[in-house]
Amino acid sequence: MKFIKEIKNTILIIFVTLALSACSTGKKSGVAIDGDVYTGKDTVEYLAKGVPDRIFFATNKSGLTTAARATLRKQSTYLRKNKDLNVTIEGHADERGTREYNLALGERRANAAKDYLMTYGISGKRISVISYGKERPANTASTPLAWSQNRRSVTVKVN
Amino acid sequence: MYKKFLFTFIILFHSSLANALIEVDITRGNLDPLPIAVSPLYVDPKSENIKDIKTKSLGEEVSKIIEKNFKSTGLFNPLNKDAFVQKPDIAHLKPRFEDWRLIKAQALVTGKLNVKDGKLKVEFRLWDLTASKEMIALAFTTTPGNWRRVAHIISDKIYERLTGEEGYFDTRIIYVAESGPKNRRVKKLAIMDQDGANTKYLTLGNELVLTPRFNPANQMVTYLSYFRNLPRVYLLDIETGQQEVVGNFPGMTFAPRFSPDGKKIIMSFAKDGNSDIYTMDIETRVVEKITEHSSIDTSPSFSPDGKYICFNSDRSGLQQIYVMKSDGSDVKRITFGSGLYGTPVWSPRGDLIAFTKVRKGKFYIGVMRTDGSGERLLTENFYQEAPSWSPNGRVLIFYRETKSGPSGEGFSAKLWSIDITGYNERKIDTETDASDPSWSSLLSK
Repeated sequence: MKFIKEIKNTILIIFVTLALSACSTGKKSGVAIDGDVYTGKDTVEYLAKGVPDRIFFATNKSGLTTAARATLRKQSTYLRKNKDLNVTIEGHADERGTREYNLALGERRANAAKDYLMTYGISGKRISVISYGKERPANTASTPLAWSQNRRSVTVKVN
Repeated sequence: MYKKFLFTFIILFHSSLANALIEVDITRGNLDPLPIAVSPLYVDPKSENIKDIKTKSLGEEVSKIIEKNFKSTGLFNPLNKDAFVQKPDIAHLKPRFEDWRLIKAQALVTGKLNVKDGKLKVEFRLWDLTASKEMIALAFTTTPGNWRRVAHIISDKIYERLTGEEGYFDTRIIYVAESGPKNRRVKKLAIMDQDGANTKYLTLGNELVLTPRFNPANQMVTYLSYFRNLPRVYLLDIETGQQEVVGNFPGMTFAPRFSPDGKKIIMSFAKDGNSDIYTMDIETRVVEKITEHSSIDTSPSFSPDGKYICFNSDRSGLQQIYVMKSDGSDVKRITFGSGLYGTPVWSPRGDLIAFTKVRKGKFYIGVMRTDGSGERLLTENFYQEAPSWSPNGRVLIFYRETKSGPSGEGFSAKLWSIDITGYNERKIDTETDASDPSWSSLLSK
């Protein structure tokens, strides 16, 4: 009996050690979130080489971060070069808000991106906006990382 | 889809209503549900058989529906039929009270039915076993296809007699039926009886649909559809299937509800990053702007007298609940607790507002008085929102979503209900995953 119990304990210790080391490796790899705004490249697609299609927002916010502005300036340069191209900006929210508020929030985020593109000389006529609220997550996991990747606006080519 | 069914009611004879007998208190959590025996209804052996309906077992089926309704309230404890001591026809004439008391029943439901000349005639009686008295006796005639509704109406009458409040069993729920992976959910409008029977799908799932709500007459539905990728509020006539866009707004309209007189739709319109609340008169098409603020104003809901509107706004920085007069004047913030507040819905009794609260990563369904005082949180979960009231203002239905794994697996959305006492939390069975429920008013009133 005692022997079995000891084995059990040993197994338990091994398990705990494994679990702990798994945790620490997770931390080492680093999660690409600043505050709660996503700063990484996963889920990002490109309108052209070096022109990311999306920007990320903080929870319940629609203000543009420095990184978001830099991305939008790249988009505006690209749109100035491709004068015949129209785009739709899709606004999205994470799954941690009520559905109706998230629809409004998505619309506000898409318009924040649109307004910034317009200040860089892109005609509002070339840009339409649509909000999907929390209906179209880019990352379907229920984790803070996934939620940060879902708080986004995405510029999509129309033609 | 809804045919107007004619129910002919006859009060068999009035037992002394003034003589208050057994009573069920529904204003607090009921930990001691009333033991009630629901005898199968006696079926007249001369009854005709009708297509698709087994008349012989109809009495049994009706009693089962009544039992299921009673059990779902948490206020009644329907007793096992194996212990029943009297045949249905004899019990219906005159129960042997002492025998029923032996199995610990305090109330007894009996009845009989027949189908003749294509018509279903049902009568039932409710007996108080403690006082050895009849409490109600009613008879009605309808088309046989209506037999489930008969069971719901009987349930409503008994609930009313025993609790002193209107029932909510002869009602329907409209909701969004969901299927498919989390990032490409297929959503359809669906309608079902309050007990989950008779599910019908009103849209095909080709476009995203959200937030359906009944009009007071339960014949129209207003909802959000992404038809042609233009998110707009629509109006659907359930009977004819006819649909139309509400108003001519140059942008997204969403969060629709009917006014209590059914004449207007109140909703949000989003333009240039700002959402305000508007109403549109369905007949005259006159559009009125109700709020004017640079913040998000959405999820509006009228008070039952039509004089006030509650809504949520982030004008203070974060989502909170506000109340204003129905012309948009006199805006007052009513929530000041820690956390976010959304989806306010005014109770049909006028006394409470139900809401969703988000605090420290948890979602709560709660109720408060219409000035924001007396907040009570009824249930806590990972994600739940969008309460809708039972027509008697005693029960809330809402939806709950589960946490999903690394690739979205394990995700589900289901309907739940809870009494405003905070007791009797229940999952509502639906054919598919479900969200955004809206409870109808009583169909036969």
